[in-house]
Amino acid sequence: MRITVNDEPREVSAATLAEALDELGFGAARIATAVNGGFVPATARAGHRLAEGDRLEVLAPMQGG
Amino acid sequence: MRDFYGVALDCPLMLGTAQYPSPAIMERAFRASGASVATVSLRREAGGGQEFWRLVESLGVRVLPNTAGCHSVKEAVTTARMAREVFATSWIKLEVIGHADTLQPDPFGLVEAARILCAEGFEVFPYCTEDLVLAERLVDAGCRVLMPWGAPIGTGLGLVNPYGLRALRAQFPEVALVVDAGLGLPSQAAAAMEMGYDGVLLNTAVAKAADPVEMARAFGLAVQAGAAAHGAGPMPPREMAAPSTPLIGKAWLE
Repeated sequence: MRITVNDEPREVSAATLAEALDELGFGAARIATAVNGGFVPATARAGHRLAEGDRLEVLAPMQGG
Repeated sequence: MRDFYGVALDCPLMLGTAQYPSPAIMERAFRASGASVATVSLRREAGGGQEFWRLVESLGVRVLPNTAGCHSVKEAVTTARMAREVFATSWIKLEVIGHADTLQPDPFGLVEAARILCAEGFEVFPYCTEDLVLAERLVDAGCRVLMPWGAPIGTGLGLVNPYGLRALRAQFPEVALVVDAGLGLPSQAAAAMEMGYDGVLLNTAVAKAADPVEMARAFGLAVQAGAAAHGAGPMPPREMAAPSTPLIGKAWLE
């Protein structure tokens, strides 16, 4: 199915958020995720089913002031 | 003794991690400054996030994630929730920006977001102004630390409203206060500490100095000097001159 990942269109075969992150290569990275603007905690990723057109945000530590 | 949600910091300097010429210079700047806290953010993972995190972890300082760039309550609250998971801390530097040119906080959104986050167990460090009523509302919302600006972010103008900052200090003797943003020189950081502030938070003044490591060291010395001066009880200023050398025993040389 087609989703967007950090605003980039991507094709994934995964059914859940956890599977999608593996498929996209985020595996064990220190990241936080949001789907369609709402935070999805790490503990909920395996149970979070993705749907066509979902907007996935994958955020990581970055420089800040 | 005021602390930061139960945490006493060895050094009242909080330093940002952005805009340095290189990661190596950032690391050396932190070590030279003695800063106890590093501010960090969350952004879309584009490859550098994991390496950056390893560098921050190696500094051995506390991490204060921010909600920089958030203009709405929803954005700020969601970012805070994500930051808590990524950085494994309840501390959050809460920014809800209300004005594009001055990056002045949106006081109404700030209070609303602070209320939501405090209720969820966050330990909120709100980036605010020196407005006393806003400060009262933030304390009512559950904030035990306030971070008024010295001047707009990145300007280096220093403490543009020292009267307001002094009034805030006097009004909230139990609340830890940190001057956040707008500092350009170590003397301004020292001035904030002399007023009885509990810390200063800065980034650009160090990162954009010609020699960030040396400037970081200078800020570290300045906050120590300012804190020591506050503790020592400064003399009250007066308008008229008063000779410090005794007049008794002065020779008659006319």
